Amino acid sequence: MFLQGYLPSILEGAALTLEVAAASLVVSVVLGLIGAMFKMAHSRALVWSAELYSTVVRGVPDLVWMFLLFFGGQMLINDIAERFGLGAPEINPMIAGVLTIGFIFGAYMTETFRGAIMSVPKGQMEAGAAYGMSPLRVFFRITAPQMVRFALPSFSNNWLVLVKSTALVSVIGLNDMMYKADTAKSITQEPFTVYMVVAAIYLLITTVSIVALNALNKRYSTGVRESEL
Amino acid sequence: MIDANLMIENFPSFLGGGSGQAVLSTSDGLILTLELLFYSLLGGLALSIPLGLMRVSRNRLVSGAVWLYTYVFRGTPMLVQLFIIYYGLSQFEAVRESWAWTYLQEAYFCALLAFTLNTAAYTTEIIAGQIRNTHWGEIEAAKAMGMSKWLMMRRIVIPAALRRALPAYSNEVVMMLQGTSIAGLVTLADVTGVARRIYSDTYMPFEPFLMAGLIYLAFTFLFVWLFKLAEKRWLAYLAPRKH
Repeated sequence: MFLQGYLPSILEGAALTLEVAAASLVVSVVLGLIGAMFKMAHSRALVWSAELYSTVVRGVPDLVWMFLLFFGGQMLINDIAERFGLGAPEINPMIAGVLTIGFIFGAYMTETFRGAIMSVPKGQMEAGAAYGMSPLRVFFRITAPQMVRFALPSFSNNWLVLVKSTALVSVIGLNDMMYKADTAKSITQEPFTVYMVVAAIYLLITTVSIVALNALNKRYSTGVRESEL
Repeated sequence: MIDANLMIENFPSFLGGGSGQAVLSTSDGLILTLELLFYSLLGGLALSIPLGLMRVSRNRLVSGAVWLYTYVFRGTPMLVQLFIIYYGLSQFEAVRESWAWTYLQEAYFCALLAFTLNTAAYTTEIIAGQIRNTHWGEIEAAKAMGMSKWLMMRRIVIPAALRRALPAYSNEVVMMLQGTSIAGLVTLADVTGVARRIYSDTYMPFEPFLMAGLIYLAFTFLFVWLFKLAEKRWLAYLAPRKH
């Protein structure tokens, strides 16, 4: 039997990997939008804090962030719990992993969205304001739909890198694909086959993502004339 | 909360010292990280120039083969690539009995191999992209001077493509610096590996991982700065006019 019947277990892990990736993407998009708004704010403090966030996060490896936030966060929570005389709660590794990856890629998304928002002609937003829309409404009705086209190429790239970073979450105890592969490796004694299957699944996720994002890109570029050389 | 003294006390461990040992008595920590980075970048760059040329070849079979290589290596996590080499290859008796096994059973060489193949894939695409970007006028001029195809490649196309590749390559170097942090997951004591060792000895998470983070951050800034200088030197002719 192929991999002594360990394939379903690896596929289960793949489902968790996808869940982590999708949830982290949501966190990173929210943080990225907030970061982009901070960067374009008039307040120096906001601009500076967003700058610090996007620079520092991108200068430190994701593995180090994972250790720092997971082990550090656990200790912080223990300390706080102790101060209030409570038992120490265990951090859920799923939440920790998602928040960490979301936090890291929020920094990349900040740059993506900042560039995209700046590419939307200013007159569009001004026209929205002239119609009496609130700033938030201008953002969701006018800016957001138009910035998608500019954000997509860099967004796609971030997503592809994010998916690959999920391979690290097993170090903080998540039962993702890499974790299941590790178990399967020790029992089947077929490490090459096991990790080739994992690689193939990652490649499949990448390929499907590229196809889907290209289709999305086409849809959002409807009516935009491409420059031909 | 964060003990600055502990951070300072631990610092020698990142430079190959610690617990009574002199700094740099081993290559643990920073030296190993930089070593892995330097050798893999060097090997990757050396591979990527011929591969980049093959990638733009008119022969579909040649360019397709290189595309497949870069697609697979760019589409899977480097950690999986490292595990395939480090754990995976031992599955085959032929590998275990070959001369290469002396190297392949060592985490250090496996990490170097995985990192080199990975960065070569990304760099190949960067260089191929820039070769395609060569202005047709430069090619025509080279042909008009009577240069052979290889002379033109060597003197005109490749040097100019490498210059234009600098900004994208600087990104790749920073990504690789951070990528080397997974070396610790195959028992190596790079910067992240040392931080983990200190953590498991002291159970203090903030000090070692913050220190590791600061080291990576400092080198990220250093590399970005060096590449800025290099761009000023070699890409000045492409900069926008200043007056």
